[in-house]
Amino acid sequence: MTSAPGGYFDAASTEPLHPAARTALLEALDGGWADPARLYGSARRARMLLDAARAEVADVLGVRPDEVFFTSSGTQAVHLAVLGGLRARRRAGRHLVVTQVEHSSVLHAAELHERDGGEVTRVGVDGHGRVDPAEFAAALRPDTALACLQSANHEVGTVQPVAEVAEACRAARIPLFVDAAQSVGRTDVPGGWSTLAASAHKWGGPAGVGVLVIRKNTRWRSPLPDDEREGRRVPGFENVPAAAAAAAALRAFRAEMAADGPRLSALVDRIRRTVPETVPDVQVVGDPVRRLPHIVTFSCLYVEGEALLTELDRLGFAVSSGSSCTADTLRPSHVLEAMRVITHGNVRVSLPRGVQSTEVDRFLAVLPDAVSRLRRGAGMTTA
Amino acid sequence: MRFRSRGTRRAAPAGRHRRDQAAAPEQPAAAPAEPQADPAHPTPALVIDALGRKCPIPIIWLAERIREIPVGEVVAVLADDVAARTDVPAWCRMKSQEFVREETLERGWAFHIRRCY
Repeated sequence: MTSAPGGYFDAASTEPLHPAARTALLEALDGGWADPARLYGSARRARMLLDAARAEVADVLGVRPDEVFFTSSGTQAVHLAVLGGLRARRRAGRHLVVTQVEHSSVLHAAELHERDGGEVTRVGVDGHGRVDPAEFAAALRPDTALACLQSANHEVGTVQPVAEVAEACRAARIPLFVDAAQSVGRTDVPGGWSTLAASAHKWGGPAGVGVLVIRKNTRWRSPLPDDEREGRRVPGFENVPAAAAAAAALRAFRAEMAADGPRLSALVDRIRRTVPETVPDVQVVGDPVRRLPHIVTFSCLYVEGEALLTELDRLGFAVSSGSSCTADTLRPSHVLEAMRVITHGNVRVSLPRGVQSTEVDRFLAVLPDAVSRLRRGAGMTTA
Repeated sequence: MRFRSRGTRRAAPAGRHRRDQAAAPEQPAAAPAEPQADPAHPTPALVIDALGRKCPIPIIWLAERIREIPVGEVVAVLADDVAARTDVPAWCRMKSQEFVREETLERGWAFHIRRCY
């Protein structure tokens, strides 16, 4: 079984291609190249592959196949869900509710809605990055067209109270969009939502495949020009081989996570426990219990995030950071800012499937020295 | 800079404040003219100028230099990296120092921290 290269701890950005995806992709490249909208033999074979992929994804997600649409990315699925949900309910109002810690694709769609004259309420989070369902419910208004809540946070792994918020939205008769990019394939997402988005490369599928789920009886209207593809939901020629590979990877990855998820969660617990013991002035952030199995984030005081990432890369570890100093934007991570925790010296470790515990041991062994070297280099004498 | 000139007059205010109140209790409106004497806005004993420096430099300088002032006194950190608005209060929570307030400057902010130990 192939797995991620040693020291690859950035699964939350992208999971390495699953072997099942590779096999399905190669087969479908030869058998699923034709236009699934046509009526001749090769086209019907492509259509069958696409529909089988749709059925497989629907099965894992616990929805109907005709509620699943393939998009060209997770980001496109988010944009279509948010903008299409708002457009369908313009008569109800132009108010959108999101949380402060949503993925930037949700927040950017919200900004576009604002520029178009809409109104946005951004619900805050506690120190663990978790939304209070009562606070979220209080943000809902009679003119709220759509509410958005991530299934779990992409930077700190905190799981959000989707079931409670879905119940509040149902009571207020407001559709709920769930960005489930970090959860799908790793955990089951609670039901009760109206639309959902996911991204195949997060579960070992190929990049460039997103999944948009629109439940029956949900009002949705495309924000884009009409196109007959994907049940008129997503414009453009479907990438049949990639969709087939995404479905195969999801099936295999989800099955493996039944055993690997608890193992990864235990490794994350070890990191959560050990880092504050071996590195002074460190804050582990995110909910310690209600969290995804594979993500742990900590911030090291007095260290520049980018310098720490470069040093860890030199030592053979690929990790990510929400630090201000690494981001292209020169702004601190909006997630860490909303949680009111240290935004510099931030390290996100996210474990891929099959990660070796010896790799985690090696990481824990080199981290203290790496941090103290950088602190001394920055002129710290007290740390 | 208005802020620094305040810092240079740090010895005087407390006594003068008391005198003002005793001499003119009928003029409470005079109090805002002496903001440096307001107990909620104590005059900093030390001003660290980290303007133009990116985090974590302002935090590093704060951690390194807070020992220069006596316990109970206030240090002000001037910074214009927006990350400092999150990081300075977060540092105070982590290190059990008291975050007094944030003051908006023409460029950046002044963060006031009371040394607690």
